Amino acid sequence: MDIVYTGEQDSRAYKSVIGETVDEIIQSDEKTCWLDADLSNCSGTGGNYSKSDRYINCGIAEGNMAGIAAGLSASGMKPYMHSFAPFASRRCFDQVFLSAGYAKNPITVVATDPGITAAFNGGTHMPFEDVALYREIPDSIICDCTDVPMLQYFLKNAKDMPGVKYIRVGRKASYQVYADDSEFQVGRGNVLRDGDDVVIIASGIMVHEALQAANKLDMSVAVIDPFTIKPLDVDLIREYAKKCGHVVVAENHNRIGGLTSAVSEAIVGIPCKFGYVAIEDEYGEVGPLDYLRERYDLTDEHIVKVCESL
Amino acid sequence: MDKLELQKFATKIRIGTVEAIKSRGFGHIGGALSICDTLSVLYKEVMKYDPKKPDWTDRDKLVCSKGHAGPAIYSVLALCGFFPYEELKTLNQPGTKLPSHCDKRLPGIDATTGSLGQGTSQAVGIALGDKLQGRDRKTYLIVGDGELNEGQCWEAAMFTAGKQLTNLIWIIDWNKKQLDGTTSEILEPFNFEDKFNAFGFDAITVKGNDVEAIYNALTKPIEDRPRAIVLDNIKGSGVKEVEETVLNHSMQPDPEKFDVWLDELKSQLGGM
Repeated sequence: MDIVYTGEQDSRAYKSVIGETVDEIIQSDEKTCWLDADLSNCSGTGGNYSKSDRYINCGIAEGNMAGIAAGLSASGMKPYMHSFAPFASRRCFDQVFLSAGYAKNPITVVATDPGITAAFNGGTHMPFEDVALYREIPDSIICDCTDVPMLQYFLKNAKDMPGVKYIRVGRKASYQVYADDSEFQVGRGNVLRDGDDVVIIASGIMVHEALQAANKLDMSVAVIDPFTIKPLDVDLIREYAKKCGHVVVAENHNRIGGLTSAVSEAIVGIPCKFGYVAIEDEYGEVGPLDYLRERYDLTDEHIVKVCESL
Repeated sequence: MDKLELQKFATKIRIGTVEAIKSRGFGHIGGALSICDTLSVLYKEVMKYDPKKPDWTDRDKLVCSKGHAGPAIYSVLALCGFFPYEELKTLNQPGTKLPSHCDKRLPGIDATTGSLGQGTSQAVGIALGDKLQGRDRKTYLIVGDGELNEGQCWEAAMFTAGKQLTNLIWIIDWNKKQLDGTTSEILEPFNFEDKFNAFGFDAITVKGNDVEAIYNALTKPIEDRPRAIVLDNIKGSGVKEVEETVLNHSMQPDPEKFDVWLDELKSQLGGM
C-alpha cells in the first residue's frame, strides 16, 4: 500500500468520481443497478441515466427505495442505492435493517455529505449518528471514505460482498492519501505513519487532520486509518494501543456509537490512555465547512491538544 | 378452472392453518384464514412453480406483505409439497423455519415480511429486477387493509403504477379489521378500488371467498396498467366463531376450541 499524502487537495471531486465509477460498474456488470431518491444530480450519476435502464430514480421515498433495493437483490441483482447520509441512514433504517439485512438481501448504500460536510444544507441534513445506526446491523460493512482511491475500491468491490454495505463520502474534493488503484481489505486497517508515543485512529475527513496533527506534534505519532469501521481491525488497534499506550480517535461523527465507541470497545483490557476528537453528542447546524470544523472542534489543532493532554 | 376443487383446496389450506396455530396454542388466525381462497386459486390454477425446485428462476413469486398470515402460506406450501405437512406443527417452536411472520429461509417463501409495509417495496424490487433481467415470471403481492395505514405501501404503489410494473399483481385483503378494531374505526380507508385506480392501477373488487371471481380477476389480461385486486373479505373467514369474534387478529382460545373449528372445516370439506 503506497501512501502518497502531500497535504494538497485532490483535483478530483468525489461527486464526479462517483459518476464515472458507477458508470464503469453499470457497464461492466449487467447484474448491477443504481437507485437514487431524486438526488442523482447530487450523486454525480444524473448524466448516466440515459445510458442504461439499470439507473432507477425512485423519487423522494428512501424507505421504499431501500425495500426496492432489497427486492432487486432477491431477484438476483446487485443494487446500489444513494441518498444524502441522513436519508440513507435514519430515514430508511428499518427497511435496510429488515428488508435487506435480516432478510439476507445484500445491498450497497452510498451516503453522501456525512457529518459536517453537509455544510450549507444544515442541521436537518447533518448526520452524526449514521455510523452508529449501521454498526447495529449484524454483519454490516462500514467505510468512512478517506480519499478517491478508497472510494473507487469500495464502490467497485462492495457489490460482491455479502450483507449490508455502507459508505459515507463527501461530494467535494478530498486529500489523497493512497496511491491510485490501491487495493484495500475489509477489516484490515492501514498504518499511514508509524510511531511509538501515541496512535491516532482516524477515518474520513479526519485522516487529513490527523496527519497534519502528527506533523505538528513533538512526539512519535502513529496514524491508523481503519478503512472499515466495521469490521474493525481489532488486532492492529490493540497492537498499537499496547505499543503506544496512548490512543486518540478522530471522527466526523458523534462520539457515541461510531469509531470512538468501536475503538474503545476494541481496546478494553489494555492499559492505555484514551482520548477522542468527535462530536460531543450534539445536533448539527448550518455553515461553511471551515466554520463547522472549528465549531465542533474537528481540527488538527484540537487533535494536537487532545494528544498532548493525555 | 374447477370451482369445487378450488373451494375444497381452500378449505384444506384453512385446516392446515388451524392445525399449525393449534400446535402452538395461539396465533394470527383472522388474517390467515381470510386469504385462503386466494391462495387456493394462486397455487392451484395461476402460479407457475415446482415444489421440488424452489430456486427455479422462472418460478412465480408470492410476497405476503401482511407477514402475520404466515400460517396460511405455510399451509398452502406444505399442501403443495414444498415441505412435509407435519412440519406445520413446528410453527413458532424453537429453531423452526416457520415463524409467525413469513421468512424466506423457508423454501417457497419469497420475502421476509412482518414489519408492515415492507413487503410491498420488496415485491416491487423483485418485479423490477425480473423486468430488467428479461425474466418471464410474475410476482403476486398480498397486502392487508390495515397494513395500508403504512405510507410505504403507497410509495410502492406509486412506483408500481408509475413505472408500469405489469408483472406485479397487488392483492388487497380488505377484511375490514386490524389489531385494535375495525379499519374504519382506526383509520377510515374509504374506497380501496378508487384509491388504486387513482394511483394508475386497473383495480377490481371481488368477493374474497369467490374463487371463480378471484380466478377471473387474476387471469384477466393485463394491458398497460398494473392489476390491483381488492378482496371484499371477512377476517377469519371459514370458521364461524373466528369470524364473529370482534378482535380476531390474534387469538388464544381454550385449547379444545381448535378441535371444534377443525371439525367445522372438515364437515365443510365433507359436504362439498
